[in-house]
Amino acid sequence: MATLIDLAETPVRELNQALHTPSTATWRILNPRGAHAVACGIREDLAVEVEGHVGYYCAGMNQHATVTVHGNAGTGVAENMMSGTVRVRGNASQSAGATAHGGLLVIDGDAAARCGISMKGVDIVVGGNVGHMSAFMGQAGRLVVCGDAGDALGDSLYEARIYVRGTVKSLGADCVEKEMRPEHHAELAELLKAAERDEDPADFRRYGSARELYHFDVDNTAAY
Amino acid sequence: MCGIVGLHLREPALEPRLGELLTAMLGQVVERGPDSAGVAVYGDPRLSPPGRAAVSLLGVTPADAEAALPGTTAVAADVTTVVHADLSVAALLAAVADALPRATVIGSGTDMAVLKGTGNPVELAESFGLANVTGWQGVGHTRMATESAVTPEGAHPFSVGPGQCLVHNGSFANHATIRRELRAQGVEFDSENDSEVGARFVAHQLSEGADPEKALRLLCERFDGFYTLLVSTSDSFAIVRDAIACKPALVAETDAWVAMASEYRALDVLPGIENARIFEPEPEEVYVWRR
Amino acid sequence: MEPASHGLRESATFDRATIHAIQRAAETGIYDIRGWGAKRRLPHFDDLLLLGASMSRYPLEGYRERCDTDVVLGSRHAKNPLRLATPVTIAGMSFGALSAQAKEALGRGASEVGTSTTTGDGGMTPEERGHSKHLVYQYLPSRYGMNPDDLRAADAIEVVLGQGAKPGGGGMLLGQKITERVAGMRTLPVGIDQRSACRHPDWTGPDDLAIKILELREITDWEKPIYVKVGATRTYYDVKLAVHAGADVVVVDGMQGGTAATQDVFIEHVGIPTLAALPQAVRALQELGVHREVQLIVSGGIRGGADMAKALALGADAVAIGTAALIALGDNHPKYDAEYRQLGSAAGYFDDYQDGRDPAGISTQDEELAARLDPVEAGHRLANYLRVMTLEAQTLARACGKAHLHHLEPEDLVALTIESAAMARVPLAGTDWIPGAVR
Repeated sequence: MATLIDLAETPVRELNQALHTPSTATWRILNPRGAHAVACGIREDLAVEVEGHVGYYCAGMNQHATVTVHGNAGTGVAENMMSGTVRVRGNASQSAGATAHGGLLVIDGDAAARCGISMKGVDIVVGGNVGHMSAFMGQAGRLVVCGDAGDALGDSLYEARIYVRGTVKSLGADCVEKEMRPEHHAELAELLKAAERDEDPADFRRYGSARELYHFDVDNTAAY
Repeated sequence: MCGIVGLHLREPALEPRLGELLTAMLGQVVERGPDSAGVAVYGDPRLSPPGRAAVSLLGVTPADAEAALPGTTAVAADVTTVVHADLSVAALLAAVADALPRATVIGSGTDMAVLKGTGNPVELAESFGLANVTGWQGVGHTRMATESAVTPEGAHPFSVGPGQCLVHNGSFANHATIRRELRAQGVEFDSENDSEVGARFVAHQLSEGADPEKALRLLCERFDGFYTLLVSTSDSFAIVRDAIACKPALVAETDAWVAMASEYRALDVLPGIENARIFEPEPEEVYVWRR
Repeated sequence: MEPASHGLRESATFDRATIHAIQRAAETGIYDIRGWGAKRRLPHFDDLLLLGASMSRYPLEGYRERCDTDVVLGSRHAKNPLRLATPVTIAGMSFGALSAQAKEALGRGASEVGTSTTTGDGGMTPEERGHSKHLVYQYLPSRYGMNPDDLRAADAIEVVLGQGAKPGGGGMLLGQKITERVAGMRTLPVGIDQRSACRHPDWTGPDDLAIKILELREITDWEKPIYVKVGATRTYYDVKLAVHAGADVVVVDGMQGGTAATQDVFIEHVGIPTLAALPQAVRALQELGVHREVQLIVSGGIRGGADMAKALALGADAVAIGTAALIALGDNHPKYDAEYRQLGSAAGYFDDYQDGRDPAGISTQDEELAARLDPVEAGHRLANYLRVMTLEAQTLARACGKAHLHHLEPEDLVALTIESAAMARVPLAGTDWIPGAVR
């Protein structure tokens, strides 16, 4: 049976302490009401259901756990996640999945600016749109956008791969559209399946780094 | 650096609860700005009696204000004094300047009062009597001072034109130059706060005939740096963010109200939030709601 | 024959280094990137003197009467503050900028004397963790190698907003140093020229930093001290805001602070000297009523026990060293002079840390060069140097009659120049004049 924690009565400190030394594998958290750092720093394969909107850094640095937010998430949801799954049923604010090294982040609604900024291996699937500067300096991992992408998508991108189904308002420096080859269709199909989405991979375009800013060069000074 | 809250009521039945709701919202952004706080309230019959001009002042007691300005009445809220008179706003401001040269005007209008102070924002709200205030629009701000002094004058909102208010989260990067330009055009300043430069700029544009959309678009063109701004007037409630849009902003909207806050938890206190449309303002896009 | 000896006159404005810089820019079309810190002459601790005891004050006997040196860092909120034997720590320097051997040597040297060392912009290596008794983990905009296991393995966390060599700038590491291991730790392609972000990806400003610090405390169950490091610019405000955001320790790095790779124009033209920043930081802490409760670490051009004693007298709780520690390991040693000259430099001048061909095996990822540095021997050299620094500071403190280094006060200092008197806010020697002071 799930352990029930009501944040209207229990401080976030007690919740996180309990999640760091867990007595059970399933948890249900009530009344988050925009609280910060909810369920951050979990190290074990727990299932955590958060019933409401959360503030900044929910499930930050997650390892192994599956955290589901039945609401919206504030800045930096699943920031620096290492493994596990974080799912936001509503929208996510800026810097969702920032610098995350692994795991899967699913946002059913929209993600705001800087989604996947400096991503380092995480997979992110956004059901709606993403804001400007998403995947900025993305180093590794995949960002899938089922809706539209805002300005400067993939600016200064390293090796992260981006798939967008809708429109891209503008591409950032050194980010270019690339051919969708069979292996890309295959990995996108897997990501959509993992995110429990039914979009057709054939409707997506792929974007990646042109790798022209990898070395300081006098010809690139306009892009610095 | 700061916390912002704002509430624009559409449903008149909620007007008796304006102060209660604004107090609850302000209480959720205290950590963002523990130094000082301020609010602007539109439509409270005690702070801005209908049909009279209201001027909000620092540096004078109600008794001294009434003594110096025959025919006026004055009410106190913490260190703020709000003076009322059956005059035009301009005439009351002129009378204040003449009779109370050492007082600082922190707000003026026919339906708005501005209250400011230093210290913990929750205690200040108590001292303002904010929970009992009524009206149709309110703006609140908690401040963590970056470079200018922690004084009541340095607290937001900055209200420098009739019925106008500006609150700011962020830090402008070229405000010193714009301050010099405005000073050269005869605009006077009350503080060294970068946000006051934004307020003076907007007031200057509005006084030259711009509407809030245009004034804020011009601000985006002229100001460098990081900002989330909430700008209110007696008939509008407007939001704009800089191009990078790092400083947080959330808007929630129902048929009964429009609200804006730095963090969601400040919106969670509002009635009907569970069915509100919640969104983040896009960079350099001006959002305006009208009464 | 030297040109000057037959009447040729060098321009003070266009001196030889300036002429060379213009010629270099004209040839390459790209700015100069180098290591080390500011090389220009700056007001510094050399411009201050200590007032030893004589008649009005009583000195302590050297070697016999106690002069304690211990310091506790992070006691404000952390369950487990750092307890160091001497108030000089090793500043953050990355594996990547430095060889694994150099990082290990820094850990060994610091541990031998009971002080802390710090990771850098590239994550924590097992060698470094293993050989460091007290290890501070830097939390940087790039978050290279950032890992919650390492966060929990650290003894303190340092949130880095900037460094003295480049306040407002992001990190750099050029391709010759992005080897397979370095690239792997940073999740970067091998051999690229790395450009790091200058702002953190998920917060900006003190109001959001407060929430970030809360998250870091929650993840580590409020055990670790949290430092906030800033490059010295608007130090008075920055220190106040760091305290408001919840820092346990504030680290202020003056413009003499070193770097592994930064634009020369940035190193020489941004920021303020350590001497100018320190009194501002202390004033900020005092006005908030948290001086000594929130500890202050000062770095940037600290070279020996005299600098340390003077910094502590001005109100720092500890100092940190970077460049000096590398020199103690063997950087710029005369025995490599011939090799430095092959690289177009010379012993005593070498600053091409960005280049990765360091003959001393310190600022390199070349396996052969790095193997030249014996971590045990180099660590011991560093420990010797740290011991000398501490002994020197104790000598000066005893002369001023202090039973603890922290009992040194600004009133124990006078200034030799008007500039240093104004910056340090101590009187010009022999006068009671503090330029700019409001009485």
